[in-house]
Amino acid sequence: MSTARKNLSSFAATLFGSRSRVIYLISVPFTLFAIFLLWEGITRYTAVPEFILPSPGSVWNRFISSIEDGSLPKHTITTFTEVLGGLVLGIFVAANLGYVLAKSETAERVLAPYIVASQSIPVVAIAPLLIIWFGSGQISKILISALIVFFPVLVNTIVAVRSVPEDLRDLMRSLRATSIQIFTKLELPAAMPVLLGGLKIGATLSVIGAVVGEFVAADEGLGFLINLSRGMYDTAMVFVTVFTLVAMALSLYTIVALVELKVLAWRKDPSES
Amino acid sequence: MYKLLSQMNIYPKMTDISEILIASDISKSFPNGNGGLSVLEDVSFSLDSQEFLCIVGPSGCGKTTLLKILAGLMIPSEGDVIFEGERVIRPRRRIGFVFQEANLMPWRTVEDNISLPLELQGQNGSEVHTKTTDLIELVGLSSFEKTYPRDLSGGMAQRVAIARALIHDPDLLLLDEPFGALDALTRERMATELMRIWGAQKVTVVMVTHSISEAILLADRILVLSPRPGKVTLDLPISLTRPRDLSMAHTKEFGKLASRIRAAIANEE
Repeated sequence: MSTARKNLSSFAATLFGSRSRVIYLISVPFTLFAIFLLWEGITRYTAVPEFILPSPGSVWNRFISSIEDGSLPKHTITTFTEVLGGLVLGIFVAANLGYVLAKSETAERVLAPYIVASQSIPVVAIAPLLIIWFGSGQISKILISALIVFFPVLVNTIVAVRSVPEDLRDLMRSLRATSIQIFTKLELPAAMPVLLGGLKIGATLSVIGAVVGEFVAADEGLGFLINLSRGMYDTAMVFVTVFTLVAMALSLYTIVALVELKVLAWRKDPSES
Repeated sequence: MYKLLSQMNIYPKMTDISEILIASDISKSFPNGNGGLSVLEDVSFSLDSQEFLCIVGPSGCGKTTLLKILAGLMIPSEGDVIFEGERVIRPRRRIGFVFQEANLMPWRTVEDNISLPLELQGQNGSEVHTKTTDLIELVGLSSFEKTYPRDLSGGMAQRVAIARALIHDPDLLLLDEPFGALDALTRERMATELMRIWGAQKVTVVMVTHSISEAILLADRILVLSPRPGKVTLDLPISLTRPRDLSMAHTKEFGKLASRIRAAIANEE
């Protein structure tokens, strides 16, 4: 009897993965469906006008029409390039500076106050400045996006490099490893978990950065599209744009998560797979 | 007298062929608030090729510091270490080091951890693979080649660490309390294993331990260090016949040696 039950549960486990994953797989579509149902109910049975809360159906129709007239793809591509540019630039500068700061106490002591102080300024507040300096084109948005990505990646890089065990450094030294080897074979792989954690946060923040920039001044991009649609009381289009942004941030996050799964396979608990 | 002899041996020309390592008047102090903390004081000894030396002493007597100096990981404040006729001022490839913790890279499999030293020297290919496989067999980990450290027990991880230290055929193997983190039963088994590996590899060994019986079981010679600052208080040859095993721990001879060592440690405390 008990063996039969065990067999059954192990069968379920091979089919769906572990128990927590089953719950996850069931709960996400379920809650999503419930939200849409609630939304549909509100728009159908209350007197909320379309320009305040459009129905799911009209948002879907607006989504199709905006793809057909090419406006959504065009603005999405604009924002996406800004996001990618900001992400790459932000990560590049933050990771390099983070490495230097982690290695040199003096550099950290000199630069840390400015870096921390710079984080107390909301990015929204310096976005207009960047637009004055670099124009209302894509460059200013890339910079804003990079700026918002910068800090979490920097902090994580410092923590990651500092957390490399001293004994492993001694091991590498006892094996006469060159400083390049210490970097590629010890520091980089040891720092990878924390680094990827910073990247995950950075990936979602970069989307926010680009949209903030577009809100301030732009003539294309999803942030601009939200402003434009709002002005025309095209609330359905605002919804379409917001969903597009969510999808963009989610897919960037997923890409980093997939890289993490592949690179950090050694951390995986065999009992969880 | 002892000091005088070892000083005479500093110069390569005069070094006896069988002497692989000479430590002469090693002192080490670390800077602190009031004048510096002296950890080692005038430690001198020499080591024959293929000898198994154990260093015992109370905790904090500078055993690990001494080992790191022998490895070239630390520079002594005074004195010299001569290894194979040359002064040790930085890590040497002919010296293998095993740390207190297994100190494996968690992102590397067992075989990749073991082959790391060769990889750093730019070697790869089938020769490295053969060597790695041979060593995995020697330390009794066959079929664990592709396992990651997180799935190894403490004893298995330490076997990997020993294999890694042996892969570039070192002439000298330094072990820093290699079984300190293991439970008593695993510890006994690992000591026996180490004896077998030492017999198979014909390597000179210096091992730091705080277990007196482990030291007697393994060593040709035992150095007892005093509490900080560490000085050599006893240099005791162990002439028990080999092969030895754990049952010898109950013999009269073994007991006599153990009480001599225990007395040497106690006198200083």
